[in-house]
Amino acid sequence: MYATRTRRARPEPFAVHPGIAERLGLPYMDGTLALSAAALVAFSVFTLAQATKQDVPGSPYYYVDRQAIYGVLGIVAMYLLTRIDYSRFRELRVGIYTFLCVSISLVFVFGFAARGSRRSFELPFFSFQPSELGKVLLVLALAGFVIDGARNGSEWQRTVRYLCLGLFPAALVFLQPDLGTALVYGAITLAVMYVGGVRWTHFAVIGAAFVALTAAVLVVAPAVGTPVLKGYQEQRLTSFLHPSADPSDAGYQQNQAKIAIGSGEKTGRGDRATQTRLDFVPERHTDFIFAVIGERYGFVGAALVLSLYALLIWRALRIVTLSKNSYGTLVAGGIAGMLLFQVFVNVGMNLGIMPITGIPLPLMSYGGSSVLATLVAVGVLQSIHMQARLSQKGRFAW
Amino acid sequence: MYLRSDERGPAVSRRLALRLALFGGFAVTLFAILFLRLWLLQVLDGEKYLAEAKNNRTRSFRTSAPRGEILDREGKVLVANRTSLALQVNPRKLPTDSRQRRAELAKLAQLTHSALPRVRRTMHKELKLAPAAPVTLRQDVGHDLVYYLQENQDRFPGVEVQRVFVRAYPDGTFAAHVLGTVGEINGEELKEPRYKGLQPGDKIGQEGVEDTYDRYLRGRPGLTRIQVDALGEPTPNGRLVSKPPAPGKNLKLTLDGPVQAAGEAAMAERGLPGGFITMDVHTGEILALGSFPTFEPSLFTRPLSQAQVNETYRNPAAPLTDRAIAGQYPTGSTFKLITALAALESGNLQLNEVIEDPGQFEIGGEVFKNAGEAVNGSVSLVSALEVSSDVFFYNLGYRMWDSGQLQHWAHALGIGRPTGIDLPLVNQTLLPSKRWRDQLFKEGGTDRPWSPGDNIQLATGQGDLQTNPLQMAIAYATLGNGGTVVTPHVGKEVTDAAGRVLREFDPKPRRHVRIDPAYRAAILEGLHDAAQNGGGTSFEVFGNFPIPVAGKTGTAQRTGHADQSWYGVLAPYPNPRIVTFVTMEEGGFGAESAAPAARKILEAYFANQLAHKASPEEESEG
Repeated sequence: MYATRTRRARPEPFAVHPGIAERLGLPYMDGTLALSAAALVAFSVFTLAQATKQDVPGSPYYYVDRQAIYGVLGIVAMYLLTRIDYSRFRELRVGIYTFLCVSISLVFVFGFAARGSRRSFELPFFSFQPSELGKVLLVLALAGFVIDGARNGSEWQRTVRYLCLGLFPAALVFLQPDLGTALVYGAITLAVMYVGGVRWTHFAVIGAAFVALTAAVLVVAPAVGTPVLKGYQEQRLTSFLHPSADPSDAGYQQNQAKIAIGSGEKTGRGDRATQTRLDFVPERHTDFIFAVIGERYGFVGAALVLSLYALLIWRALRIVTLSKNSYGTLVAGGIAGMLLFQVFVNVGMNLGIMPITGIPLPLMSYGGSSVLATLVAVGVLQSIHMQARLSQKGRFAW
Repeated sequence: MYLRSDERGPAVSRRLALRLALFGGFAVTLFAILFLRLWLLQVLDGEKYLAEAKNNRTRSFRTSAPRGEILDREGKVLVANRTSLALQVNPRKLPTDSRQRRAELAKLAQLTHSALPRVRRTMHKELKLAPAAPVTLRQDVGHDLVYYLQENQDRFPGVEVQRVFVRAYPDGTFAAHVLGTVGEINGEELKEPRYKGLQPGDKIGQEGVEDTYDRYLRGRPGLTRIQVDALGEPTPNGRLVSKPPAPGKNLKLTLDGPVQAAGEAAMAERGLPGGFITMDVHTGEILALGSFPTFEPSLFTRPLSQAQVNETYRNPAAPLTDRAIAGQYPTGSTFKLITALAALESGNLQLNEVIEDPGQFEIGGEVFKNAGEAVNGSVSLVSALEVSSDVFFYNLGYRMWDSGQLQHWAHALGIGRPTGIDLPLVNQTLLPSKRWRDQLFKEGGTDRPWSPGDNIQLATGQGDLQTNPLQMAIAYATLGNGGTVVTPHVGKEVTDAAGRVLREFDPKPRRHVRIDPAYRAAILEGLHDAAQNGGGTSFEVFGNFPIPVAGKTGTAQRTGHADQSWYGVLAPYPNPRIVTFVTMEEGGFGAESAAPAARKILEAYFANQLAHKASPEEESEG
């Protein structure tokens, strides 16, 4: 288990002339984390190259080219963040939080409406979806609030404050409407609170409230005549419980995704794949890309992707324990929670065990905002890792 | 061990350590669920899902896109679309029993006024091109028949009625030759790169601008993909994707409605086969272009009856031929403009040179006479053009007979060479030359080599010369604008449905010819005198025309035919904006048939100025 560590060249603690790797900070980075993230992006580009040739008439590499560009930009962003001391973000928490809420709100004013929901800005080269980057911003801001409010008010007051701070942007995203991302914000809030040490009893109460609220939204509110969820949202949330044969129905789509993955068997159908090539599975380059992998590359490919995610999340949890300060612990915990939630919900949705919520698969689903935001999150993890390593050496900055 | 303790960060509190252990355990559980589920789906139940996937079938249907509209330069619609009902037979849904099948097809043949063998032939042909696709038996079926079929659906299994777009021509035959027709793509056209992606049954432009601008007009068909069950029946609500058809772009032509209408009316009034063209001398924009007799383009939107086939394809008057751009005629004296320019520019004629015209010209025992045996006496270039002295030009033709200078200049002005016009045509014009004739003689195609007589004939637009109003109009325009050989075109711009201009057509001139302004002025003066000076050949037609013009009559001799009437006119004189050319087969003297038609076209073009100038004593006689 530690073989990789002992093999890695360690910098001489009192080196007078740092080498090129030292100058770049490579020895202080988490190589496994960086490589697993890069491998997932590469696998995404590879899959898109094979599966989306016919999707945009006239430009077989439409999605491939763009995803590759997003991936490269994201990796550059990741490296730049590695070189920044993440602790600065704690000081900037109010600014970050304000920016988060304002950028999400601006979508309502200037946003570009796609399929009945305003989520993104139309920029010259791609459409930017602020709620994606907002996931990382929420982690950075919320962790800061938790640290600095640790001695103010009773425990209950603190719990309610964290919840409000986390759920306000979640509510804004929900109104766009983007249920999936709102749920991710909720998961981030809970993860930060959990690592931050909020009492078990409080979580029990939150859990009870959540169950009551769900029941109210899904059962009571429609019965009274004031539905909270849009029709398609409710249908998508509940349809995995009762798959149907109606193709316009969400349950049907999920059933088709399940057939796609199952038909891949052990080694996949390759170019003979029909489910994800012939429009049986919708959104195959975004939310249902895991079904494409399952059908084309079979259990081998799908398990490889899942293992890469397991590796990614394991490294994130490890960084939680390494962090030089509590802020880093909370940030890394929030990011680990965010990744775990997204991967489980998206893959679970593809496998037919979770509802369709429109949550992209981090680093795999086509989309610039999502890929960039996830790589930024990985960059923040790297920064925590690097600061921990440097502090062990007795150097806090260079 | 040392390394491990080095790795550890600040001591993690016991409470946090517990929470992180639980977090890790939670993550492991979630991943275990995913892996197990994946294992269940792909490894344990994989075969079942593979079978289900193979059972999933789709079928695609193309929905045709309406072609773009064609408009005149003012935006008036010349070609639109209407929806029509097409009767289709789905071969896979016909009764399997051969007797029932035969009975149904026979009944269908009867209902569509066809015969059983013909229906079978159609189906056989179509099915070879696109197996298992529905076969269109008849387009544009009436509503009565549709209602009848719908009420008796059970008696006609496999019969479907589809809405399709067909061309509509609000003005009937108006500009039919320019507009062209639309028809189903054939097997050979399918292989051409310009029709890549089309399928049998798709419609393409076959003639006219429908053909040349097909890629703008055509649009892109929509695609509907539906899920079908194992029997090929659509499953309820089984629509997977639906890409709506993209309508074609609109094409605006350079045609000027009133000018075109005047030309067509003038041709129809005289009733002789012929053609006309009016073109902007500076830009090459064609304002009017037509041929008589004409045809009804809407005929081609439905299958032709035998009578209609005879009337269009087998008619000796060849209504489908556009005589203005595809005619092959000698031009008579309208060619003298070219002869004059060639002689001046090549130094074979001085501007003020006077040549004696005793009424005939003799060379090598052959006698060439003036038309109508006229004797003009001493004539200079200007007066020779005014009275159309043949002997004057016989002299010029003789002076240049061996040097090829006449051919050089005629060629430079565009006679006998491709024009670059944006209409599909096979260029078969001929500018006779020494090289051509000698070659032909060598091959045994003629009884004698090139002789002075050939060039003398050519100098007056007779003999072997074969050209058409389009090429003559370009030659006249080149002199009129001072030396630019324009590219004639009828396409003006492509617009989208909202009228936004997507592309403008402004083709570059073919080439430039250096013309001495003094020579140009002299020739134009001669043409002006011919039209509007007392002794001019077309004075009786244009003498009282309020706008100064420069026009030349032509009377071409064609073996086996009566004389062909020609008229070419540049207006206004001395700085022309437009050129008009008219020819009428067997129309006699130029001033007799073609010139009056040309006048009507000019009246339409200058309608505003004429209305302005109109005073009681100058009213046009019509």
